[in-house]
Amino acid sequence: MTGNFYPLLKWIILPPLAGFVLNGGIGKRFLGEKGGGWLGAAAILLAFIFSFLCFSDLLNLPAGHRLLRDTLFNWISAGSFSIDFALRFDPLSAVMALVVTGVSFLIHVYSIGYMRGDKGFNRYFSYLNLFVFFMLILVLADNPILMFVGWEGVGLCSYLLIGFWYEDEKNAAAGKKAFITNRVGDAGFLIGLMLLSYLLARQGVSGLDFETLALNINLLDGGTVLGFGAPTVIGLLLFFGATGKSAQFPLYIWLPDAMAGPTPVSALIHAATMVTAGVYMLARMSFLYALAPRALEVVLVTGVFTALLGAVIAALQSDIKKVLAYSTISQIGYMFMAAGTGAYAAGIFHLTTHAFFKALLFLAAGSVIHGMAGEQEMFRMGGLSKEMRFTFALTAVGWLAISGIPPLAGFYSKDLVLEHVYAHGVPVLWYAGLATAGLTAYYVTRLLALTFLGGKNSETHAHESPLLMTIPMAALAALALTGGWLGSKYLLAFLDPASARAEISPEAFRLTMISVITALAGVASGFFFAIPAISDALARRLSIAREVVYNKFYVDEIYAFAVIRPLKRLADKVCFGFLDAGLIDGLLVNGAARLTYRTGAVLRNLQTGNAQGYALTFTGGLILLLYWIM
Amino acid sequence: MPFEHLLVLSFILFALAAAGFLTHKNTIVLLMFAELMLNAANLALAAFAKLSGSPEPQIFILMIFAVAAAEAGVGLALIILLARNLKTLDIDEIRNLKG
Repeated sequence: MTGNFYPLLKWIILPPLAGFVLNGGIGKRFLGEKGGGWLGAAAILLAFIFSFLCFSDLLNLPAGHRLLRDTLFNWISAGSFSIDFALRFDPLSAVMALVVTGVSFLIHVYSIGYMRGDKGFNRYFSYLNLFVFFMLILVLADNPILMFVGWEGVGLCSYLLIGFWYEDEKNAAAGKKAFITNRVGDAGFLIGLMLLSYLLARQGVSGLDFETLALNINLLDGGTVLGFGAPTVIGLLLFFGATGKSAQFPLYIWLPDAMAGPTPVSALIHAATMVTAGVYMLARMSFLYALAPRALEVVLVTGVFTALLGAVIAALQSDIKKVLAYSTISQIGYMFMAAGTGAYAAGIFHLTTHAFFKALLFLAAGSVIHGMAGEQEMFRMGGLSKEMRFTFALTAVGWLAISGIPPLAGFYSKDLVLEHVYAHGVPVLWYAGLATAGLTAYYVTRLLALTFLGGKNSETHAHESPLLMTIPMAALAALALTGGWLGSKYLLAFLDPASARAEISPEAFRLTMISVITALAGVASGFFFAIPAISDALARRLSIAREVVYNKFYVDEIYAFAVIRPLKRLADKVCFGFLDAGLIDGLLVNGAARLTYRTGAVLRNLQTGNAQGYALTFTGGLILLLYWIM
Repeated sequence: MPFEHLLVLSFILFALAAAGFLTHKNTIVLLMFAELMLNAANLALAAFAKLSGSPEPQIFILMIFAVAAAEAGVGLALIILLARNLKTLDIDEIRNLKG
């Protein structure tokens, strides 16, 4: 363990924790709405400033030696097994910390406007601060165990915030669905971690910090678990955890329901930060995946499949937030594609740009919903560009960015990912990625056209959102405009000095042209099919296919039939019916009572009520006793 | 009077009282037989006191007197209540405590 001690790091995570405690503890009584909201935002701003200070110190170190660490205390100590509560700041966590705190701050400010008048205002901000705290733990953790604490913590906050308006049972159910689906993935993650630490401990490695892991991971090579290579098994288990947290196939089903939460929460947790934790985890554990090419292939194929699936479903949704939710699933698929080809830097780059433009789109959707008094159905919007000019302009920036139109953010990162997939050498995957890009441009254009263009479809008079909401959106729009260019110039080299790109080859240029043309085609078809007459004609022609896609390929129903129903049966018939009601209640609890009752029923016959009968028995006993004594 | 005679007398008294207790039906009479059994025990204790010369058995006797007096008081009170509520003192009729 190198002892580079850097005490500033803990100050990144402490302000959000303090914000949580203050807002949660005394917020409602003493801070009120004004104080609580600004306190929450200030805590995150403080965390951002500290992250930035750490970042600038990190930059002063020579490339290749950029690592700052801070050990707070010894957390677990059992024999030779010891884990510190230690934080780590290297280029990867620096980028994540800056994105998390920066985007969080903007969304906190936005939330002050969005949540105005909500009776759970202080509760909302305390949860949001707690979320940022756990997210920073996840990002800055120096060992996978501490990372898991953050991993679970953000899951908890996600649950709390999805079900924030818990009075509506639908929202509470969505929260539970997210939580339970994540548990499934987390089981895999946990088993993977245990396997990792167990196998390494058997080789005599006791530390679990990332430095030690990376140095000793080769010891796992050649080891097997159940006949498969140990790194592959561990890699797949960890990735299974990532599919839960990052909403990838087969565990993506919770994310669309998670839209039940307040829209800024969807922007922060379910688009920009938490759901990308899986990608971050893969990048963090890249030394493991370097030994597990099979696992990486699974990651790549899952990413491609999820990206395409999400984009197809998004293309037909009519709820504005559902479109964005499936879009998020699809975009995270791109990040996993990049990770699957081993291009983690490209994945994190796309994560960053996605955080900007998807948060922007979500906040814009929130602004529209706010302006339309809670309406989320796109077919009842339309023509909002006149009433909400500013929101419209900002949405347009997000629209171009996610569509992949140069020179906005999405173009750079998505193009880079596709380039890596192309270089990986399996044409089918690249075609699927390209098709996803086209579909992305299509559905987001459709969203824009249905919401802001055309005629009005409802009586509601929309109003523009307050400055408190539009200014954070404008900041995100600026990032979505410039983030791609800046990122490709600085971020990639910062993340991975080795991969600094050489001259653009003619091959890469050709690929870029193809993806730009695909994006433009997507945009054009988006506008074309948004014309009501054409979309109606098409819907009639393809009614069955449309039905299937609109119902999300019935995946929820299939899960309900194949997984949930058998589980419920098992719980009802075996666990409850046999074990609980039958064995414990029936045999042990009521059985003991019944035994006593039956015995009593027999013995009560002795109790005749005849006093002289008792006296006779008594005398007989006495005589027997005397006989026995003498 | 030899010690053995006293014990035999005590035994005969106890056996008679027990037989009476088992055969009679009137609750008052039963109470009286119970008193007799106590007195049989007292007689035996007095015999032992004479044999050993120590005062301890006599202390027991005093104790039994007190208990017997209390028992008679409580027992008679119960009998009055029984007679008042059940209009009978026949022990065979009184079997409300049947299980």
